[in-house]
This record gives sequence, structure tokens and C-alpha cells, in this order.
Amino acid sequence: MKRLLPLLVACALSLAGGEIPNGRELRACLRSQPKTFDPALVADDASETIRYLTGGVLIRVNRVTQALEPELAVSWKVSGGGRTIRFRLREGVAFSDGSPFTATDVAFTFQRLMSPEIHSPTADSFRSAPGAVRSAVENDHQVALTFPAPIAGLERLFDQVAIVRSGSNAVLGPFQVAENKPGAYIRLARNPHYWKKDAQGRRLPYVDSIRLDIQQNRQLELLKLERHQLDLVSALDPEQFQELSTALPGWARDAGPALEPEVLWFNQVARAPIAEYRKAWFRSANFRRAISEAIHRDDLCRLVFHGHARPAVGPVSPANRFWCNARLKPHPYDPVSAAHRLAQDGFHKDGESLRDRDGRVVEFSLITNSGNRARERMAALIQSDLRAIGIRLNVVTLDFPSLIERITRSFDYEASLLGMINTDLDPNSQMNVWLSSADQHQWNPNQKTPATPWEAEIDRLMRLQASTLENEKRRTYFDRVQEIAREQEPFIYLIYKDTLVAVSPALRNVQPSVLRPELLWNAEWLWLAQ
Amino acid sequence: MIRVRLARCVLALIFMAALAADVLAPRPYDAQFRDSPDARPSRQFLLGTDELGRDRFSRLLYGTRLSLLLAPAAAALATSLSALVGLAAAASGRWGERGVLAITDLVLSLPWLFLLLAVRALLPLNLAPLVSVVITFALLGLLGWAPAARVLHAGIRALRQSDFVLHARASGCRSSRLMAVHILPNLVPLLRAQFWILVPAFLLTEANLGLLGLGVSEPLPSWGNLLRELENVSAVPSRPWLLVPVVLLIVVVGCLHLAFPGEERAA
Repeated sequence: MKRLLPLLVACALSLAGGEIPNGRELRACLRSQPKTFDPALVADDASETIRYLTGGVLIRVNRVTQALEPELAVSWKVSGGGRTIRFRLREGVAFSDGSPFTATDVAFTFQRLMSPEIHSPTADSFRSAPGAVRSAVENDHQVALTFPAPIAGLERLFDQVAIVRSGSNAVLGPFQVAENKPGAYIRLARNPHYWKKDAQGRRLPYVDSIRLDIQQNRQLELLKLERHQLDLVSALDPEQFQELSTALPGWARDAGPALEPEVLWFNQVARAPIAEYRKAWFRSANFRRAISEAIHRDDLCRLVFHGHARPAVGPVSPANRFWCNARLKPHPYDPVSAAHRLAQDGFHKDGESLRDRDGRVVEFSLITNSGNRARERMAALIQSDLRAIGIRLNVVTLDFPSLIERITRSFDYEASLLGMINTDLDPNSQMNVWLSSADQHQWNPNQKTPATPWEAEIDRLMRLQASTLENEKRRTYFDRVQEIAREQEPFIYLIYKDTLVAVSPALRNVQPSVLRPELLWNAEWLWLAQ
Repeated sequence: MIRVRLARCVLALIFMAALAADVLAPRPYDAQFRDSPDARPSRQFLLGTDELGRDRFSRLLYGTRLSLLLAPAAAALATSLSALVGLAAAASGRWGERGVLAITDLVLSLPWLFLLLAVRALLPLNLAPLVSVVITFALLGLLGWAPAARVLHAGIRALRQSDFVLHARASGCRSSRLMAVHILPNLVPLLRAQFWILVPAFLLTEANLGLLGLGVSEPLPSWGNLLRELENVSAVPSRPWLLVPVVLLIVVVGCLHLAFPGEERAA
């Protein structure tokens, strides 16, 4: 890919039939004001975008191929059973203030990152075991980092570590923060010392600056785009996509399924304040499978997302090329099979209603967050689908704090419909979901011992994959986790939304990605035609 | 006067159409015609269908019935409470009056929307949609009495200074009888005025809650959730029939103000 990008640029140039102009400003929006410009403290999307655009990293995950690419490190080698990684650094690289980049900067970055005083969220991924991370500067362009225990998928983690210099705000990325008007906009100016050059030897980035307006309202963002006040929009909803396709043909683009599935799950927490007989329904795999088979996922994709979604099968979407278990297929819409499964558990139809073996009418509530039209419409469709098999579903929309209170503290709910967030490709990022002792194990969190044999098996497989260094073996273990998840359906995976973006035709070299930042991941290569 | 009659006629027509929703609606409000989502108006679907293929005209009729029955009920509850509070303040002596008015001022200073959200979040989840919407309007009624109570209290104070009340008191009339026989009947125009002010206020509140996604639960229609289709404003020029619920809301609220002009003066 290192060789491919200049080639792509050259192709784009020849297609454009002209020189890349100077002095242009790229305009986009952030959903919120970044909470920090310190790359070690990033915990929100807006700050992450700024870190990506300004920070120089040793290794970068290519957002399209998902392969690792050398950046500030020209090569690296993992040794010591996965505990040590040794980098050979790129020579002749300078910070934005002109000072040279050396191995000492890498050592300082890690020393600061792992320091307990700053509580860096990025550092958590590197904390495989108690103990300090040791850095050894071997010479100006060689450095070794040693961790207390092996870390599976270690190299990928460096994509989030922006190298900084002691006592300086200078950066190594393509842009630097030039102006910050809190709540209004942030202007990033090109880093005059950025190390990358194109095939013609011209120093990148092509654009002089990027203006990022702080705009929470998506409708206003779209209006700005339609008035040509923006060059790109990174996330459209399906209605906006349809509207833009009509208003400005060629601007809207579907980048394919995103990483995040929409899921429904039942509350199986033992101490939850709900009736015991209902907990018994929710703990039955047959009941969960029946609900899953009674939901018409194709209709969810077609009606709610206007075809810009696809039925989901598990925690990993097809967008994650390496870790998705492609052998798994979504449960087909099959109300007859659903009724059969329910009958196996003693459920039976009484007129229009379904009753359990003790004659109780089967009815439960589904909570979701208010203001999310797509989820509310999904809930309405699911409500209608379940009515067809005799189940009465009460849809309740709650404001987000109330919803979080119920699903994480009081556990006073029966079923919930929400989206899962997967920003990382590696299964290690899902440890806090799949381990039965984890707090994000939503259907029954913080278990002292696994409540079911299949949860114990998932625990075993997740720990195995986390302690194995060979990716193929790790994939075998995680494939099995996905299979168990499909068989047991603690989460009923509904759909994977597509990543929908909008790009001005004047913007060149754009390659929409499902990984963040969707359109700005190759910002140094972007340029605007006259 | 013609304006008043016209407004009353329009209101009566809308009320009757809403009450006859079971007869007039061509389809059940929750029936999903999934092969015809977002359909344009046609003979089959007079106002087209929503994104889930539900007949928009039928949903508008049922939604109008729900909003027009429950908003007056909530307004009646709030007006009754305000009358009780106003009378209690007037009848409870100097310190009692100050206490009741302080409570009223406290209720007035509460951010009612957040209070409503908080109370709603505490409700049981397994409620039928109709029960849930009745509770929502009941909450509106229970939380909306304070402004009217202030107005009524001022009215009661004015009445207490009037000659006929002084005369009754001088004749030995007890406080409770004074309130029931002499003051309350004279408050009726004020109560009616407060009622007609609260009806549109509650209609708009339910619409606001609907726009926040916190109104009536699926699949029940109400003006609030019908108005949510307007969130995508830029779609309106190509689909102007989406404006029908908002036009109806404006007509009803406007007619309520036009139809009872005397009540407004009393307020």
C-alpha cells in the first residue's frame, strides 16, 4: 500500500488532467468540541480525529486494506515471546517545529503514556499485566519496548500512539492545530516539515489547512454541504443519503457495512427486579432463538435503512476482513421454526396470544434510547413481527441517562435495543463484552463464575486468543466464540448499518473507509480541484 | 361572531371525525403494508404511507382522537387542581396562604420538561401503549396546575374584597360555605378560561415530547409522533403532504383561541 498510494495519486492527477493547486482549505465538521489535544488523553471521537490528523505514529493501520503500514518506524520485530518489540525508525524526520525525531522521543512518549498519573485511556490496551513498560534506546534510530507480559496483536495498538517530544507541542503528523475557537471551529494548518512526499517529490499534505466546524446537528451539516460550505460529511443517515442522492447526484457514497451491529438482548441478571418466570423465558436459548427467527431482518434493512444495511449474524461485521467468521449466515426469517422452538419450551398459542406452560401471556418490554428514529422504527417492525407469533411487545423509549441507569445499575428492564460500538478490529477490544466477569457483558454482567457452560467456554476461548501470538490460531478461537454466540444468541444481532458519506466531486483521492476517520484517514493525499 | 362560529364548526368537525376514527379510518393504524413504504397519496392511501408502510390518514385520525380527548382531560385535571390550591390558599389564613403560594412558586420554578422526563423514566415499563399515553397526559395535568393556581388565587382575593362577600361574611356565613356558595360559582369564567388556555398548551407539550421521542409509544399514533416525520425538513418540498399534521395542529390551536374569545378576556 505504501507504493500503491503514490500510484493512485498519479492516476488521479492524470485523470484530472492538471496540477494540484496550492492554498486550498478542506472543510468538514466535528460532532463535538474535542475534549483534549493531548494525544495521550484522547477518549472521545472528536479528539481522536484531531489526534489522527496531527499525530505521527510508528505503525499505521491502513483504513482500506486494514493492513499494517510503516510510518515513523520503517521496520519492527516482535521478540521475547511477544513481550518485546524493537523498532527501526525513519531517518531525516522532523517535528513541526523543525527539531529532529529520534528514538528518545519514542521512549519519552511511552514513559509518559504509561505513567499512572495521567490515566491515559490509550495506555490501558498495553497493560497486559502488572509491571512497568521498559524502553531501551539502542541508538538514535533504534528503540526497544518491553512489556511485562505478551500482548496479542501488539503491533496494531501503535496506531493510536502519537509520538510527542518532551516539553513541546510540536507534532509529527501531516497537520498541526493552528486555531481553536471552542464551540465554533478548529483550523489545522499543514505541517511544513511532514516527512511524506508524493511520487513527484512534492511534500505532503496537498491542502494548506483543514477547517473543522463544531456542528452537532446533522441536518445543519447536510445543509452546509448542499450550500457548498463543506467538502465532505463523514456520517449520513439513510434519509439524508436518499435526499442527497436526489439533490446532488454523485456526492453520496456507500462505503459498505460498518463495524457496529445493532443488537437486541434480554436481561438475564439474577438479581434483576423482574418476575422469575420471565427470567426463565429469557434464559432459554430456544426462546431467544425463536425471537431471532421471528424478526424479519431483510425488512429492517429495506424499510428502516432504505437498503443501506445488511442482516447481521454476529459481533464481527464483514467489514472486519480478518476476524469475521464468513462461514456463519444470519438466521433466516422463519416464524414457523420460531413457533416450533417455542413449542419445545411449552409455549402455546391461545387465540392471538402466546402463553407459557403455566398459562401466562407472553409479553415483555423493549427499551431503547429516545430520539433515535432508526431504532424506534426497528422496534416498531420487531413489535409487528413478534405479534405475528403471539408475543406482545411494549416499546419504551427512554432518555439516555435513564436507559444507562437501567441497563448498568438497577437492571430494571427486560430487553434492550442498542448499537454495539466496535472501533477496533482486534477481538481483544471485545474482551470487556465476552468475559462473563466483564461489566459490558450486557445480558448478565460481572459474574463471579460463569452462569452457563457456554459462557464458561467463551471465557476460555477469549482468554486463549488473548494469550496466543499467532493470528491464525487466535482466529480459530474467536471463530468458535462467534459460533457459540450464534447458537446461544445472548445478543440477537439484527443488522450492520452501512457507512454512508458525502464527498464533493472537487475533492480528489478520497477513499471512503468504514474505519474512523472515514474520509480523512488519508488527509495528506486529499486535494481540491479548482 | 362569524369567526367564532366558523372556528367552533371547524373544531366540531375535527372532533367528530376523530371520534369516528373507527368508522372513517380505512385501515388499522398499526397495519404495516411493508410493500408500500413511503407511498405517495393515492386512492388506496389518502395521505400516503409512512416509512413502515402504515396508512398516514388512518394514523392521523386516530392520533387526532387521542390528542383531542386526552389534552382536554389533562387540562380539566390541571384546572381542578389549580382551583383546589387557589381555594386552599384563600381559606387557610395568612401563614397558610403564604405557604401554599410558596409551594406554587416552587412548582412554577421547576424545569417541567426535565421533571416530566424524570417521572416518566420511573414508570413501570410493561404498560400497554394506551395506558402509557394516559399516564403521560395525567402527568401533564398533575404538573401543569401551578400557573392557573396563581391566576385563580388572584381572582379569589379580588372576590373576597367584593361587597357581596363582605355582606355574606357580616351575616355570619362560615368560611367553607362562603367558598362553596359565593366564591366558587363566580370563579367559573376564570376556570373555563384557564381550561381553554391549558388545552392547546398540553397539545403542544405532547407534540414536543413526541419530537424528543418521548411521547406516545409505538404503535399508537399521536400528533407528537406524526410530527416527527418533519424532522427531515428538506424532504418536505417533495412531499408536502407531510405537513398535514402540523397544519391540523395549527388549525385546532387557532380555532380553540378563536372559538372562546370571552374566556381569554376573563383570563
